Amino acid sequence: MSLRQWMRGGALRFLMVFWALAVLVPHSGASAAEDLGTLVTELGAASLSKKQAVVDRMVATGAPEVVPILEALVGRDLYTRKSDGVVVIGQKTSGGKLLLTDPLTGSEVGTVGSREVKRIKTNNRLRSSVKAVMGTLTLMSPDPQRRLEAADGLLKSSDQAMLPLIETALAKEADAAVKNALQLAKASIKLQSGSAEERLAAVQSLADRTDPESRVMLSRLLLKDGDVWREPDETVRETAGETLASMERRLEMWRTVEHLYQGISLGSVLLLAAMGLAITFGVMGVINMAHGEMVMLGAYTTFVIQEAFRSLAPGLFDWSLAVALPAAFLVSALVGIAMERGCIRFLYGRPLETLLATWGISLVLQQTVRSIFGPTNREVGAPEWMQGAMESVAGITLTYNRLWIILFSFCVLGAVLLVMKKTAFGLQMRAVTQNREMARAMGIPTGRVDAMTFGLGSGIAGIAGVALSQIDNVSPNLGQAYIVDSFMVVVFGGVGNLWGAFAGAMSLGIVNKLLEPWAGAVLGKILVLVAIILFIQKRPRGLFALRGRAVES
Amino acid sequence: MGKLTKWKSALAATAFGLAATAGMGAAQAADTIKVGILHSLSGTMAISETTLKDAMLMLIDEQNKKGGLLGMKLEPVVVDPASDWPLFAEKARELISKDGVSVTFGCWTSVSRKSVLPVFEELNGMLFYPVQYEGEESSRNVFYTGAAPNQQAVPAVDYLLGEEGGEAKRIVLLGTDYVYPRTTNKILRSYLNAKGIADADIMENYTPFGHSDWQTIVAQVKEFASQGKKTAVVSTINGDANVPFYKELANQGIKAEDIPVVAFSVGEEELAGLDAGPLVGHLAAWNYFMSVDTPENDAFIKAWHAFIKDEKRVTNDPMEAHYIGFKMWVQAVEQAGTTDVDAVRQAMYGQTVKNLTGGVAVMNTNHHLSKPVLIGEILEDGQFEIVSATDDVVVGDAWSDFIPESAKLTADWTYPWVCGNCEKPRF
Repeated sequence: MSLRQWMRGGALRFLMVFWALAVLVPHSGASAAEDLGTLVTELGAASLSKKQAVVDRMVATGAPEVVPILEALVGRDLYTRKSDGVVVIGQKTSGGKLLLTDPLTGSEVGTVGSREVKRIKTNNRLRSSVKAVMGTLTLMSPDPQRRLEAADGLLKSSDQAMLPLIETALAKEADAAVKNALQLAKASIKLQSGSAEERLAAVQSLADRTDPESRVMLSRLLLKDGDVWREPDETVRETAGETLASMERRLEMWRTVEHLYQGISLGSVLLLAAMGLAITFGVMGVINMAHGEMVMLGAYTTFVIQEAFRSLAPGLFDWSLAVALPAAFLVSALVGIAMERGCIRFLYGRPLETLLATWGISLVLQQTVRSIFGPTNREVGAPEWMQGAMESVAGITLTYNRLWIILFSFCVLGAVLLVMKKTAFGLQMRAVTQNREMARAMGIPTGRVDAMTFGLGSGIAGIAGVALSQIDNVSPNLGQAYIVDSFMVVVFGGVGNLWGAFAGAMSLGIVNKLLEPWAGAVLGKILVLVAIILFIQKRPRGLFALRGRAVES
Repeated sequence: MGKLTKWKSALAATAFGLAATAGMGAAQAADTIKVGILHSLSGTMAISETTLKDAMLMLIDEQNKKGGLLGMKLEPVVVDPASDWPLFAEKARELISKDGVSVTFGCWTSVSRKSVLPVFEELNGMLFYPVQYEGEESSRNVFYTGAAPNQQAVPAVDYLLGEEGGEAKRIVLLGTDYVYPRTTNKILRSYLNAKGIADADIMENYTPFGHSDWQTIVAQVKEFASQGKKTAVVSTINGDANVPFYKELANQGIKAEDIPVVAFSVGEEELAGLDAGPLVGHLAAWNYFMSVDTPENDAFIKAWHAFIKDEKRVTNDPMEAHYIGFKMWVQAVEQAGTTDVDAVRQAMYGQTVKNLTGGVAVMNTNHHLSKPVLIGEILEDGQFEIVSATDDVVVGDAWSDFIPESAKLTADWTYPWVCGNCEKPRF
């Protein structure tokens, strides 16, 4: 907060704290300084830059109705009615209309279409300062989520007048996250307005942390405005510098961990996309250019299932992915089997024709999906448990959707390995791969096994589509983005070997992510590609070469 | 495509005859005026360009209902260049010399425009290009109805640096690796330097088309932002890469209030394909937003919904650009009394059309429009709330003032200049 802003809001802020404390103590006589109704109307008419002042005056009235009004303002639910210019709170109804309530009394005042009201505008700056102001009002809320937001707001405003309030709240706060945020807010206030000793103490109190907020605070102390240091005291500055440096040293290790995680995450995505191909290309030797489209079909199946959930059972939405998985497997597997029976089986042993035919099929599938679902992206939602991230103590972020995809890809790999090694179908499949003639002589229906194998590979691609719909666009072009990478993984890992695909995907993912920070995404990709080409020159069969008669011939 | 084949066969007989007389008011030989539509209906760019094809069909349809033009009906000639840049040039040639179109509306990516440019210049055709682009170009045969950098990028950065935008002191320039982001960022870097932001406070990063793994880059942005200065992101990330980018931002907990992202390629159409919840508060700069409340815009949206028969479809900035371009072309043809390219070009200068967002768009002699610049925040429903608008229209600048070698150049296609990139008048 700049000095100018502080001067502007200073007296009012003091009033607010006074009021906030007064609210904690019942029967205090906070009287309304101004009529809230007039102020609300004024808020509706004020330009964006003037709204802050009106909000400050509203808070100064100390009326309890202020909190819901400000919440509506921040949540973009505050409107002016076009017909008479009255300020109302609007809530969306299921019919796409708005249910209006009076902001002061909370009574309903009718339902209107969205074009009959005008939203009261806010911008990022106004919202964050209103949130900071609201922090003083909701810091004692029983809901920990709201307390956390309040504490974050206080951290942003870092207002000296709030210190007693923070101390009070800190004393009885039980929730670790809120406590953490409050301590940060306290340190931030001390850093900005405390005495030199207090500032030094605040710097030292941050020493054990590595989170971005505390690093921002410390690095601010080391900035210069023109020729003047922001932090006048040299000892404080030096301590801050040392603390920051030791934070960086500790972070360095964690960053490597983060890069590894990102690499494994990218690797798991590659693994999912490539696993199906490892079966169709690796095991059967079919160059399936339509593999990416199988992934896309899986993603679109997810979309269709989610639409059904949205209209039929919105409450069960979080389960939609569980239904989408088998559905996507089935859809892609059936399309795959149809492809194999209808086209590919006539082309065995003619790789060039297979390549062209499957490429043609991929175009047909893309354009079909484009005609049915339209060329634009489709919205696939994420269930609650896949949103957000785990903020570890060290200040690195592990996002949940990636975490689930890593776990999921390992599960799929395990399941496929089981099918390959432990079932009769898997045995037949391996037999056909190793020596087709001999397998046929042993009475294995090779034609049927081919179709089923192709179906399995395509079905797995479909499952991959469900996972990819969570992190990528669901558009007709989805598959194209993954086909090249998939082939790269399979060729690098060694044709015909699932563990090869696993090792290939993981090493490509990790190498890519370790290269990216210093080489950039574009150059990183090129370097990886060059490395693979060189590697294939050395070991044409990839990391794990399969031995067998079919391969040698 | 049924419609397409129908007129194609009908036209086949006259096509060669038309080709022979092309350039001498060929279209007038037939009883219709042909309007070429050169937008990808398949391939990567179909996601954006299909809508523009539909918008053009609607505008032509409306004009025909009003009685056509010069007493003749307008006839759309739709071709599909399939997101294939060399095919754009082939299709453009086909439109001009085989189909004998009087004017063409089309292209989206800069590379497709660069690909058709020689064709339009060689055959003296007329192209209306509706998308915001990197500038540094002015062709005699192209009218640029989208924003030049000074009508989008520069005002957006001004907003971020200003008090309302949060007074950013560090800027991250993220872009897809091709000509538009690279040129725009070159302009922005020298603009930021001029505004007192040192190179150390600017991070520039490019990613391939369709980049989907944003973990590292978002983490880098977070890191860059934790150096004690307010940081904002300027994104020229194109097309499909945006969805995973914003998802990663949201998942890593970056809020618009902490690190706002202002995008130049994200509009209503792009947001329609994703859950906008995590994006709320991030910004975009355009000359048009669907949420603008004017009678013209209401009428346009209503007509669009009626034409496309889907209440959920959105309108966006390039659609408005086509709207303005088409209206201007119609007015210019009426004024010139012919569809002859040279006559219409002369009549285009100074044409005015009411913007859908209020105010009046003017066609300048550098073939760029004067348009207002709006900055909007993304809302939950995928629409934008306007948080800043220029007081008046901004004149599109073909050559940026912030690139030293370009600042010297002038584009003016009227006497005495008659040049797209000259340092002094030719006459």
